[in-house]
Amino acid sequence: MLLLECPYCGVMADETELAPGGEAHVARRGPEASEEEFEAYLFERKNPRGVHFERWRHVMGCGKWFHAARDTVTLEVFATYPAQMQAPPEEVLAAIRSKRPGWEGWP
Amino acid sequence: MGGYSALRLLREGLRDQRGWRPAWRSPKLRKAYDIVIVGAGGHGLATAYYLARNHGITDVAVLEKGWLGGGNTGRNTTVIRSNYYYPESCALYDLSLRLYEGLSRELNYNVMFSRRGMMILHHSEHEREIAARTVNAMRLNGVDAELLDRDEVRARAPLLNFGEDARHPILGAVWQERAGTGRHDAVAWGYARAADRLGVEIVQNCEVTGFIVEGGTCKGVETSLGPVRAGRVGMAVAGHSSHLAAMAGFRLPLTSYALQAFVSEPLKPMLDCVVASPAHGVYISQSDKGGLVMGGALDRVPTYGQRGNLPVQEDVLGGLVDCFPAIARVGLLRQWAGIVDVSPDSSPILGPSPLPGLYLNCGWGTGGFKAIPAGGLLFAHILAQGAHHPISAPFDLTRFERGRLIDEGAASGIAH
Repeated sequence: MLLLECPYCGVMADETELAPGGEAHVARRGPEASEEEFEAYLFERKNPRGVHFERWRHVMGCGKWFHAARDTVTLEVFATYPAQMQAPPEEVLAAIRSKRPGWEGWP
Repeated sequence: MGGYSALRLLREGLRDQRGWRPAWRSPKLRKAYDIVIVGAGGHGLATAYYLARNHGITDVAVLEKGWLGGGNTGRNTTVIRSNYYYPESCALYDLSLRLYEGLSRELNYNVMFSRRGMMILHHSEHEREIAARTVNAMRLNGVDAELLDRDEVRARAPLLNFGEDARHPILGAVWQERAGTGRHDAVAWGYARAADRLGVEIVQNCEVTGFIVEGGTCKGVETSLGPVRAGRVGMAVAGHSSHLAAMAGFRLPLTSYALQAFVSEPLKPMLDCVVASPAHGVYISQSDKGGLVMGGALDRVPTYGQRGNLPVQEDVLGGLVDCFPAIARVGLLRQWAGIVDVSPDSSPILGPSPLPGLYLNCGWGTGGFKAIPAGGLLFAHILAQGAHHPISAPFDLTRFERGRLIDEGAASGIAH
Protein backbone atom coordinates (compact mmCIF):
# COMPACT_ATOMS: atom_id res chain seq x y z
CA MET A 1 0.00 0.00 0.00
CA LEU A 2 1.41 3.36 -1.06
CA LEU A 3 1.09 6.32 1.29
CA LEU A 4 1.34 9.81 -0.18
CA GLU A 5 0.97 13.17 1.52
CA CYS A 6 -1.36 15.55 -0.33
CA PRO A 7 0.61 18.81 -0.54
CA TYR A 8 -2.59 20.87 -0.38
CA CYS A 9 -4.58 19.46 2.51
CA GLY A 10 -1.65 17.80 4.26
CA VAL A 11 -3.43 14.46 4.59
CA MET A 12 -1.24 11.35 4.53
CA ALA A 13 -3.51 9.41 2.21
CA ASP A 14 -3.33 5.75 1.28
CA GLU A 15 -3.41 5.08 -2.43
CA THR A 16 -7.03 3.97 -2.56
CA GLU A 17 -7.92 7.58 -1.70
CA LEU A 18 -5.92 8.79 -4.70
CA ALA A 19 -6.00 8.31 -8.46
CA PRO A 20 -2.73 7.96 -10.39
CA GLY A 21 -2.37 10.19 -13.45
CA GLY A 22 0.74 9.02 -15.30
CA GLU A 23 4.11 10.60 -15.99
CA ALA A 24 4.56 14.20 -14.82
CA HIS A 25 6.11 17.18 -16.57
CA VAL A 26 5.39 15.95 -20.10
CA ALA A 27 5.81 19.12 -22.17
CA ARG A 28 2.67 19.94 -24.10
CA ARG A 29 3.35 20.74 -27.76
CA GLY A 30 1.44 23.53 -29.43
CA PRO A 31 -0.22 23.80 -32.85
CA GLU A 32 3.12 24.56 -34.51
CA ALA A 33 4.60 21.23 -33.38
CA SER A 34 5.94 18.70 -35.87
CA GLU A 35 4.31 15.27 -36.09
CA GLU A 36 7.27 13.72 -34.26
CA GLU A 37 6.97 16.22 -31.41
CA PHE A 38 3.25 15.67 -31.12
CA GLU A 39 3.71 11.90 -31.17
CA ALA A 40 6.27 12.23 -28.39
CA TYR A 41 3.89 14.39 -26.36
CA LEU A 42 0.98 12.02 -26.82
CA PHE A 43 2.64 8.63 -26.55
CA GLU A 44 6.34 8.42 -25.69
CA ARG A 45 7.11 7.95 -22.03
CA LYS A 46 10.32 7.66 -20.04
CA ASN A 47 8.91 4.71 -18.06
CA PRO A 48 12.09 4.51 -15.95
CA ARG A 49 13.24 1.64 -13.79
CA GLY A 50 13.91 3.73 -10.70
CA VAL A 51 13.05 7.36 -9.97
CA HIS A 52 9.73 8.37 -11.52
CA PHE A 53 7.96 11.72 -11.42
CA GLU A 54 4.22 11.24 -11.65
CA ARG A 55 0.86 12.92 -11.31
CA TRP A 56 -1.75 12.01 -8.73
CA ARG A 57 -5.17 13.36 -7.87
CA HIS A 58 -6.64 13.40 -4.39
CA VAL A 59 -10.02 12.17 -5.64
CA MET A 60 -11.47 11.10 -2.29
CA GLY A 61 -10.18 14.24 -0.58
CA CYS A 62 -9.62 17.78 -1.76
CA GLY A 63 -9.87 16.72 -5.42
CA LYS A 64 -6.69 18.52 -6.47
CA TRP A 65 -3.89 17.29 -8.71
CA PHE A 66 -0.35 17.06 -7.34
CA HIS A 67 3.05 15.55 -8.18
CA ALA A 68 5.03 12.76 -6.55
CA ALA A 69 8.55 11.39 -6.92
CA ARG A 70 8.59 7.62 -6.44
CA ASP A 71 10.91 4.67 -7.06
CA THR A 72 9.25 2.22 -9.46
CA VAL A 73 11.29 -0.74 -8.18
CA THR A 74 11.06 -0.31 -4.39
CA LEU A 75 7.84 1.79 -4.48
CA GLU A 76 9.48 4.24 -2.03
CA VAL A 77 7.88 7.69 -2.19
CA PHE A 78 10.59 10.38 -2.01
CA ALA A 79 8.38 13.47 -1.92
CA THR A 80 5.13 15.03 -3.08
CA TYR A 81 4.83 18.60 -4.38
CA PRO A 82 2.22 20.91 -5.91
CA ALA A 83 1.05 20.59 -9.51
CA GLN A 84 1.77 24.20 -10.53
CA MET A 85 5.34 23.66 -11.70
CA GLN A 86 7.10 22.60 -14.91
CA ALA A 87 9.88 20.63 -13.19
CA PRO A 88 10.54 19.07 -9.80
CA PRO A 89 11.76 21.63 -7.23
CA GLU A 90 15.37 21.55 -6.04
CA GLU A 91 14.53 20.23 -2.55
CA VAL A 92 12.79 17.22 -4.10
CA LEU A 93 15.81 16.53 -6.32
CA ALA A 94 18.09 16.86 -3.28
CA ALA A 95 15.95 14.41 -1.31
CA ILE A 96 16.22 11.88 -4.13
CA ARG A 97 19.99 12.37 -4.54
CA SER A 98 20.55 11.79 -0.83
CA LYS A 99 18.77 8.44 -1.06
CA ARG A 100 19.95 7.42 -4.55
CA PRO A 101 23.58 8.66 -4.86
CA GLY A 102 24.03 7.10 -8.31
CA TRP A 103 20.85 8.63 -9.76
CA GLU A 104 21.32 10.10 -13.24
CA GLY A 105 19.29 13.19 -12.30
CA TRP A 106 16.54 15.27 -13.84
CA PRO A 107 15.35 15.27 -16.60
CA MET B 1 19.92 -36.26 -27.21
CA GLY B 2 16.97 -38.33 -28.33
CA GLY B 3 13.40 -37.34 -28.96
CA TYR B 4 10.70 -37.63 -26.33
CA SER B 5 8.13 -40.40 -26.76
CA ALA B 6 6.08 -42.89 -24.78
CA LEU B 7 8.55 -45.58 -25.80
CA ARG B 8 11.45 -43.52 -24.48
CA LEU B 9 9.60 -42.92 -21.21
CA LEU B 10 9.11 -46.67 -20.81
CA ARG B 11 12.76 -47.43 -21.64
CA GLU B 12 14.08 -44.83 -19.20
CA GLY B 13 11.69 -46.13 -16.56
CA LEU B 14 13.23 -49.57 -16.96
CA ARG B 15 16.78 -48.12 -16.87
CA ASP B 16 16.29 -46.17 -13.65
CA GLN B 17 15.94 -42.83 -15.55
CA ARG B 18 19.70 -42.71 -16.21
CA GLY B 19 19.47 -41.96 -19.92
CA TRP B 20 18.07 -38.42 -19.74
CA ARG B 21 20.36 -35.61 -20.88
CA PRO B 22 20.01 -31.83 -20.44
CA ALA B 23 17.39 -30.49 -22.84
CA TRP B 24 19.70 -27.72 -24.07
CA ARG B 25 23.40 -26.86 -23.93
CA SER B 26 24.97 -24.06 -21.89
CA PRO B 27 27.41 -22.64 -24.43
CA LYS B 28 30.06 -20.01 -23.78
CA LEU B 29 29.26 -16.60 -25.24
CA ARG B 30 31.10 -16.04 -28.53
CA LYS B 31 32.27 -12.69 -29.93
CA ALA B 32 29.89 -12.44 -32.87
CA TYR B 33 26.67 -13.89 -34.28
CA ASP B 34 24.50 -13.22 -37.31
CA ILE B 35 21.60 -12.37 -35.02
CA VAL B 36 21.47 -11.66 -31.29
CA ILE B 37 18.14 -11.80 -29.47
CA VAL B 38 17.88 -10.13 -26.07
CA GLY B 39 15.59 -12.00 -23.71
CA ALA B 40 15.13 -15.77 -23.42
CA GLY B 41 11.43 -15.71 -22.64
CA GLY B 42 8.83 -17.31 -24.83
CA HIS B 43 9.03 -14.67 -27.56
CA GLY B 44 12.85 -14.62 -27.72
CA LEU B 45 13.16 -18.40 -27.78
CA ALA B 46 10.36 -18.84 -30.32
CA THR B 47 12.02 -16.22 -32.50
CA ALA B 48 15.30 -18.14 -32.37
CA TYR B 49 13.52 -21.38 -33.21
CA TYR B 50 11.69 -19.95 -36.25
CA LEU B 51 14.88 -18.19 -37.43
CA ALA B 52 16.54 -21.59 -37.61
CA ARG B 53 13.58 -23.60 -38.87
CA ASN B 54 11.90 -21.19 -41.30
CA HIS B 55 14.86 -19.13 -42.44
CA GLY B 56 17.85 -21.44 -42.02
CA ILE B 57 19.66 -18.91 -39.82
CA THR B 58 21.33 -20.82 -37.00
CA ASP B 59 24.18 -18.47 -36.04
CA VAL B 60 21.92 -16.99 -33.39
CA ALA B 61 22.42 -16.21 -29.71
CA VAL B 62 19.62 -15.67 -27.20
CA LEU B 63 20.91 -13.67 -24.23
CA GLU B 64 19.11 -13.85 -20.90
CA LYS B 65 19.79 -11.72 -17.82
CA GLY B 66 18.37 -14.28 -15.42
CA TRP B 67 17.18 -17.77 -16.20
CA LEU B 68 15.32 -19.02 -19.23
CA GLY B 69 11.57 -18.36 -19.05
CA GLY B 70 11.88 -16.65 -15.66
CA GLY B 71 10.06 -13.47 -16.63
CA ASN B 72 6.48 -13.16 -17.79
CA THR B 73 6.58 -16.54 -19.57
CA GLY B 74 6.75 -18.17 -16.14
CA ARG B 75 4.42 -15.67 -14.46
CA ASN B 76 1.24 -15.57 -16.53
CA THR B 77 -2.09 -17.33 -16.09
CA THR B 78 -1.55 -19.54 -19.19
CA VAL B 79 -4.67 -18.47 -21.10
CA ILE B 80 -4.54 -18.88 -24.89
CA ARG B 81 -7.29 -17.17 -26.93
CA SER B 82 -7.91 -15.02 -29.99
CA ASN B 83 -11.14 -13.19 -29.08
CA TYR B 84 -10.15 -9.75 -30.35
CA TYR B 85 -12.05 -7.17 -32.39
CA TYR B 86 -9.99 -5.71 -35.22
CA PRO B 87 -9.01 -7.76 -38.31
CA GLU B 88 -5.31 -7.02 -37.67
CA SER B 89 -5.50 -8.43 -34.14
CA CYS B 90 -7.56 -11.45 -35.14
CA ALA B 91 -5.01 -12.29 -37.85
CA LEU B 92 -2.18 -12.06 -35.33
CA TYR B 93 -3.71 -13.86 -32.35
CA ASP B 94 -5.48 -16.51 -34.39
CA LEU B 95 -2.20 -17.33 -36.13
CA SER B 96 -0.82 -17.87 -32.65
CA LEU B 97 -3.74 -20.05 -31.61
CA ARG B 98 -3.36 -22.18 -34.74
CA LEU B 99 0.36 -22.59 -34.09
CA TYR B 100 -0.40 -23.61 -30.49
CA GLU B 101 -2.73 -26.31 -31.79
CA GLY B 102 0.18 -28.15 -33.42
CA LEU B 103 2.96 -27.01 -31.11
CA SER B 104 3.49 -30.11 -28.96
CA ARG B 105 4.04 -32.22 -32.07
CA GLU B 106 6.16 -29.63 -33.80
CA LEU B 107 8.50 -29.15 -30.83
CA ASN B 108 8.37 -32.79 -29.69
CA TYR B 109 7.57 -31.32 -26.28
CA ASN B 110 4.23 -31.53 -24.50
CA VAL B 111 3.10 -27.94 -23.98
CA MET B 112 -0.20 -29.33 -22.64
CA PHE B 113 -2.36 -27.06 -24.77
CA SER B 114 -5.84 -27.77 -23.50
CA ARG B 115 -8.61 -26.44 -25.72
CA ARG B 116 -11.16 -26.13 -22.95
CA GLY B 117 -12.94 -23.00 -24.17
CA MET B 118 -13.24 -19.57 -22.66
CA MET B 119 -16.22 -17.43 -21.72
CA ILE B 120 -16.22 -13.70 -21.18
CA LEU B 121 -19.25 -12.89 -19.04
CA HIS B 122 -21.52 -9.92 -19.43
CA HIS B 123 -23.67 -8.55 -16.67
CA SER B 124 -25.88 -5.88 -18.21
CA GLU B 125 -27.95 -5.21 -21.33
CA HIS B 126 -25.34 -2.74 -22.54
CA GLU B 127 -22.53 -5.22 -22.12
CA ARG B 128 -24.65 -7.78 -23.95
CA GLU B 129 -24.94 -5.50 -26.98
CA ILE B 130 -21.17 -5.05 -27.05
CA ALA B 131 -20.76 -8.82 -26.62
CA ALA B 132 -22.96 -9.43 -29.66
CA ARG B 133 -20.89 -6.97 -31.64
CA THR B 134 -17.70 -8.76 -30.55
CA VAL B 135 -19.09 -12.14 -31.61
CA ASN B 136 -20.07 -10.75 -35.03
CA ALA B 137 -16.66 -9.12 -35.50
CA MET B 138 -14.82 -12.29 -34.55
CA ARG B 139 -16.88 -14.38 -36.98
CA LEU B 140 -16.32 -11.88 -39.78
CA ASN B 141 -12.61 -12.17 -39.04
CA GLY B 142 -12.75 -15.96 -39.29
CA VAL B 143 -12.47 -16.65 -35.56
CA ASP B 144 -14.96 -18.95 -33.84
CA ALA B 145 -17.31 -17.23 -31.41
CA GLU B 146 -20.73 -17.84 -29.89
CA LEU B 147 -23.06 -15.73 -27.78
CA LEU B 148 -24.25 -17.73 -24.78
CA ASP B 149 -27.34 -16.94 -22.75
CA ARG B 150 -27.62 -17.29 -18.99
CA ASP B 151 -28.68 -20.95 -19.07
CA GLU B 152 -25.86 -21.90 -21.41
CA VAL B 153 -23.38 -20.20 -19.08
CA ARG B 154 -24.87 -22.06 -16.12
CA ALA B 155 -24.53 -25.38 -17.96
CA ARG B 156 -20.80 -24.75 -18.51
CA ALA B 157 -19.95 -23.25 -15.11
CA PRO B 158 -22.65 -24.07 -12.55
CA LEU B 159 -20.64 -22.74 -9.62
CA LEU B 160 -20.84 -19.17 -10.90
CA ASN B 161 -22.97 -16.82 -8.85
CA PHE B 162 -26.49 -16.98 -10.32
CA GLY B 163 -28.04 -15.73 -7.11
CA GLU B 164 -30.49 -12.85 -6.89
CA ASP B 165 -28.11 -10.93 -4.64
CA ALA B 166 -25.11 -11.13 -6.99
CA ARG B 167 -23.42 -7.76 -7.31
CA HIS B 168 -23.21 -8.27 -11.10
CA PRO B 169 -26.00 -10.62 -12.31
CA ILE B 170 -24.91 -12.89 -15.17
CA LEU B 171 -26.76 -12.35 -18.45
CA GLY B 172 -24.58 -14.41 -20.77
CA ALA B 173 -21.11 -14.72 -22.23
CA VAL B 174 -18.97 -14.60 -25.35
CA TRP B 175 -17.74 -18.14 -25.87
CA GLN B 176 -14.63 -19.14 -27.79
CA GLU B 177 -14.52 -22.92 -28.10
CA ARG B 178 -10.94 -23.05 -29.43
CA ALA B 179 -9.47 -21.03 -26.56
CA GLY B 180 -7.84 -22.75 -23.63
CA THR B 181 -4.74 -22.98 -21.49
CA GLY B 182 -1.20 -24.28 -21.91
CA ARG B 183 1.71 -25.23 -19.71
CA HIS B 184 3.60 -21.94 -19.65
CA ASP B 185 7.04 -23.23 -18.62
CA ALA B 186 6.82 -26.01 -21.18
CA VAL B 187 6.36 -23.46 -23.96
CA ALA B 188 9.66 -21.81 -23.04
CA TRP B 189 11.42 -25.12 -22.48
CA GLY B 190 10.02 -26.66 -25.66
CA TYR B 191 11.14 -23.75 -27.84
CA ALA B 192 14.52 -23.64 -26.05
CA ARG B 193 15.16 -27.32 -26.66
CA ALA B 194 13.99 -27.22 -30.27
CA ALA B 195 16.03 -24.08 -31.03
CA ASP B 196 19.10 -25.53 -29.32
CA ARG B 197 18.85 -28.68 -31.41
CA LEU B 198 18.89 -26.56 -34.56
CA GLY B 199 22.13 -24.89 -33.43
CA VAL B 200 20.92 -21.76 -31.65
CA GLU B 201 22.97 -20.81 -28.57
CA ILE B 202 21.11 -19.83 -25.41
CA VAL B 203 23.29 -17.95 -22.93
CA GLN B 204 21.78 -17.43 -19.48
CA ASN B 205 23.03 -15.11 -16.71
CA CYS B 206 24.17 -12.68 -19.38
CA GLU B 207 22.80 -9.18 -18.87
CA VAL B 208 22.77 -6.67 -21.71
CA THR B 209 24.24 -3.40 -20.42
CA GLY B 210 24.34 -1.34 -23.61
CA PHE B 211 24.34 -1.32 -27.38
CA ILE B 212 27.32 -1.11 -29.75
CA VAL B 213 26.45 1.72 -32.14
CA GLU B 214 28.73 2.53 -35.09
CA GLY B 215 27.82 5.08 -37.73
CA GLY B 216 24.34 5.38 -36.34
CA THR B 217 23.67 1.64 -36.66
CA CYS B 218 23.37 -1.01 -33.98
CA LYS B 219 26.26 -3.46 -34.43
CA GLY B 220 25.81 -5.57 -31.32
CA VAL B 221 25.40 -5.42 -27.56
CA GLU B 222 27.54 -4.85 -24.49
CA THR B 223 26.90 -7.55 -21.89
CA SER B 224 28.02 -8.54 -18.43
CA LEU B 225 30.10 -11.25 -20.19
CA GLY B 226 31.68 -8.86 -22.71
CA PRO B 227 30.76 -7.30 -26.05
CA VAL B 228 28.98 -9.31 -28.74
CA ARG B 229 28.72 -8.16 -32.34
CA ALA B 230 25.71 -9.01 -34.47
CA GLY B 231 24.33 -8.37 -37.93
CA ARG B 232 20.95 -7.63 -36.43
CA VAL B 233 19.77 -7.32 -32.83
CA GLY B 234 16.24 -8.12 -31.67
CA MET B 235 14.89 -7.31 -28.25
CA ALA B 236 12.05 -9.26 -26.67
CA VAL B 237 12.21 -8.14 -23.05
CA ALA B 238 8.57 -7.28 -22.23
CA GLY B 239 8.39 -5.06 -19.15
CA HIS B 240 12.00 -3.93 -19.46
CA SER B 241 11.68 -2.67 -23.05
CA SER B 242 11.76 1.00 -22.03
CA HIS B 243 14.86 0.34 -19.95
CA LEU B 244 16.70 -1.14 -22.95
CA ALA B 245 15.34 1.56 -25.26
CA ALA B 246 16.85 4.19 -22.98
CA MET B 247 20.26 2.47 -23.41
CA ALA B 248 19.75 2.64 -27.17
CA GLY B 249 18.82 6.32 -26.98
CA PHE B 250 15.10 6.39 -27.73
CA ARG B 251 11.77 6.28 -25.92
CA LEU B 252 8.87 3.92 -26.51
CA PRO B 253 5.13 4.46 -26.05
CA LEU B 254 5.09 1.95 -23.20
CA THR B 255 4.39 1.93 -19.49
CA SER B 256 5.45 -0.96 -17.27
CA TYR B 257 3.03 -2.27 -14.69
CA ALA B 258 2.94 -5.23 -12.34
CA LEU B 259 0.28 -7.79 -13.21
CA GLN B 260 -0.49 -10.09 -10.31
CA ALA B 261 -1.64 -13.67 -10.38
CA PHE B 262 -2.68 -16.17 -7.74
CA VAL B 263 -2.97 -19.93 -7.44
CA SER B 264 -5.04 -21.72 -4.84
CA GLU B 265 -4.55 -25.00 -3.06
CA PRO B 266 -5.50 -27.99 -5.28
CA LEU B 267 -9.20 -28.76 -5.44
CA LYS B 268 -11.36 -31.46 -7.00
CA PRO B 269 -12.38 -30.54 -10.57
CA MET B 270 -14.84 -27.63 -10.36
CA LEU B 271 -14.28 -25.58 -13.52
CA ASP B 272 -13.43 -27.00 -16.95
CA CYS B 273 -13.21 -23.79 -18.97
CA VAL B 274 -11.66 -20.34 -18.60
CA VAL B 275 -13.97 -17.67 -17.20
CA ALA B 276 -13.38 -13.93 -17.38
CA SER B 277 -15.60 -11.18 -16.05
CA PRO B 278 -14.70 -7.66 -17.20
CA ALA B 279 -17.19 -6.14 -14.75
CA HIS B 280 -15.41 -7.78 -11.84
CA GLY B 281 -12.04 -7.35 -13.55
CA VAL B 282 -11.06 -10.99 -12.97
CA TYR B 283 -10.35 -14.25 -14.77
CA ILE B 284 -9.99 -17.81 -13.52
CA SER B 285 -9.28 -21.33 -14.70
CA GLN B 286 -8.42 -24.60 -12.99
CA SER B 287 -5.07 -26.21 -13.68
CA ASP B 288 -4.62 -29.91 -14.31
CA LYS B 289 -3.22 -30.20 -10.78
CA GLY B 290 -6.46 -28.75 -9.42
CA GLY B 291 -5.22 -25.30 -8.42
CA LEU B 292 -7.36 -22.34 -9.33
CA VAL B 293 -5.24 -19.98 -11.44
CA MET B 294 -6.55 -16.46 -11.01
CA GLY B 295 -5.75 -12.95 -12.10
CA GLY B 296 -7.23 -9.55 -12.57
CA ALA B 297 -6.41 -5.94 -13.17
CA LEU B 298 -3.01 -4.32 -13.39
CA ASP B 299 -1.48 -2.58 -10.43
CA ARG B 300 -2.37 1.10 -10.59
CA VAL B 301 1.01 2.76 -10.92
CA PRO B 302 4.10 2.05 -13.07
CA THR B 303 6.16 -0.64 -11.37
CA TYR B 304 9.25 -2.73 -12.00
CA GLY B 305 9.05 -4.63 -8.69
CA GLN B 306 7.81 -8.18 -9.37
CA ARG B 307 5.67 -8.31 -6.25
CA GLY B 308 2.32 -6.60 -6.62
CA ASN B 309 0.37 -4.29 -4.39
CA LEU B 310 -2.33 -4.94 -1.80
CA PRO B 311 -5.31 -2.84 -3.00
CA VAL B 312 -5.40 -4.70 -6.32
CA GLN B 313 -5.19 -8.06 -4.54
CA GLU B 314 -8.26 -7.14 -2.50
CA ASP B 315 -10.18 -6.06 -5.62
CA VAL B 316 -9.26 -9.19 -7.59
CA LEU B 317 -9.90 -11.71 -4.85
CA GLY B 318 -13.10 -9.94 -3.79
CA GLY B 319 -14.33 -10.02 -7.38
CA LEU B 320 -13.52 -13.71 -7.68
CA VAL B 321 -15.44 -14.55 -4.53
CA ASP B 322 -18.39 -12.60 -5.87
CA CYS B 323 -18.17 -14.65 -9.10
CA PHE B 324 -17.68 -17.97 -7.34
CA PRO B 325 -19.01 -17.76 -3.78
CA ALA B 326 -17.99 -21.40 -3.20
CA ILE B 327 -14.27 -20.51 -3.24
CA ALA B 328 -14.48 -17.92 -0.45
CA ARG B 329 -12.73 -20.21 2.03
CA VAL B 330 -10.18 -21.73 -0.35
CA GLY B 331 -6.58 -21.06 0.66
CA LEU B 332 -4.10 -19.39 -1.65
CA LEU B 333 -0.83 -21.20 -2.30
CA ARG B 334 1.07 -18.47 -4.09
CA GLN B 335 0.84 -14.92 -5.30
CA TRP B 336 3.29 -13.30 -7.71
CA ALA B 337 3.60 -10.55 -10.31
CA GLY B 338 5.15 -10.05 -13.72
CA ILE B 339 6.12 -6.73 -15.28
CA VAL B 340 4.10 -6.08 -18.40
CA ASP B 341 4.68 -3.36 -20.99
CA VAL B 342 1.39 -1.72 -21.83
CA SER B 343 1.04 0.31 -25.04
CA PRO B 344 -1.50 3.14 -25.54
CA ASP B 345 -3.69 0.99 -27.81
CA SER B 346 -3.19 -2.31 -25.96
CA SER B 347 -1.59 -3.79 -29.09
CA PRO B 348 1.99 -5.03 -29.49
CA ILE B 349 4.86 -3.32 -31.26
CA LEU B 350 6.76 -5.38 -33.84
CA GLY B 351 9.37 -4.20 -36.32
CA PRO B 352 12.31 -1.84 -36.66
CA SER B 353 13.24 0.53 -33.85
CA PRO B 354 14.41 4.13 -34.30
CA LEU B 355 17.99 2.75 -34.13
CA PRO B 356 18.84 0.96 -37.42
CA GLY B 357 19.89 -2.64 -36.84
CA LEU B 358 17.81 -2.96 -33.65
CA TYR B 359 14.34 -4.52 -33.87
CA LEU B 360 11.44 -4.52 -31.41
CA ASN B 361 9.14 -7.22 -30.11
CA CYS B 362 7.33 -5.55 -27.19
CA GLY B 363 4.13 -3.93 -26.00
CA TRP B 364 2.25 -7.22 -25.56
CA GLY B 365 1.04 -5.94 -22.23
CA THR B 366 -0.91 -8.59 -20.39
CA GLY B 367 -1.36 -10.83 -23.44
CA GLY B 368 2.14 -11.95 -24.34
CA PHE B 369 1.89 -15.63 -23.47
CA LYS B 370 -0.92 -16.47 -25.90
CA ALA B 371 0.99 -14.68 -28.65
CA ILE B 372 4.33 -16.48 -28.24
CA PRO B 373 4.23 -18.67 -31.39
CA ALA B 374 3.01 -15.85 -33.65
CA GLY B 375 5.29 -13.27 -32.04
CA GLY B 376 8.26 -15.58 -32.57
CA LEU B 377 7.33 -16.50 -36.13
CA LEU B 378 6.76 -12.88 -37.19
CA PHE B 379 9.79 -11.51 -35.35
CA ALA B 380 11.98 -14.19 -36.97
CA HIS B 381 10.65 -13.07 -40.36
CA ILE B 382 11.44 -9.43 -39.53
CA LEU B 383 14.96 -10.25 -38.30
CA ALA B 384 15.73 -12.56 -41.23
CA GLN B 385 14.36 -10.33 -43.99
CA GLY B 386 14.79 -6.92 -42.40
CA ALA B 387 11.20 -6.29 -43.49
CA HIS B 388 7.69 -6.86 -42.21
CA HIS B 389 5.50 -9.92 -42.64
CA PRO B 390 2.00 -8.87 -43.84
CA ILE B 391 0.53 -9.80 -40.45
CA SER B 392 3.12 -7.83 -38.46
CA ALA B 393 3.10 -4.69 -40.64
CA PRO B 394 0.12 -2.97 -38.92
CA PHE B 395 1.93 -3.31 -35.58
CA ASP B 396 4.93 -1.21 -36.60
CA LEU B 397 6.08 1.49 -34.15
CA THR B 398 5.29 4.18 -36.71
CA ARG B 399 1.56 3.64 -36.20
CA PHE B 400 1.75 6.09 -33.30
CA GLU B 401 3.17 8.81 -35.53
CA ARG B 402 0.61 8.08 -38.24
CA GLY B 403 -2.26 7.82 -35.79
CA ARG B 404 -3.21 4.40 -37.17
CA LEU B 405 -3.74 2.78 -33.79
CA ILE B 406 -5.22 -0.70 -33.29
CA ASP B 407 -7.13 0.17 -30.17
CA GLU B 408 -8.09 -3.16 -28.66
CA GLY B 409 -8.35 -1.51 -25.24
CA ALA B 410 -11.47 0.25 -26.51
CA ALA B 411 -12.66 -2.22 -29.14
CA SER B 412 -12.50 -5.65 -27.53
CA GLY B 413 -12.94 -4.22 -24.07
CA ILE B 414 -9.79 -5.73 -22.64
CA ALA B 415 -9.09 -3.82 -19.49
CA HIS B 416 -5.40 -3.36 -20.22
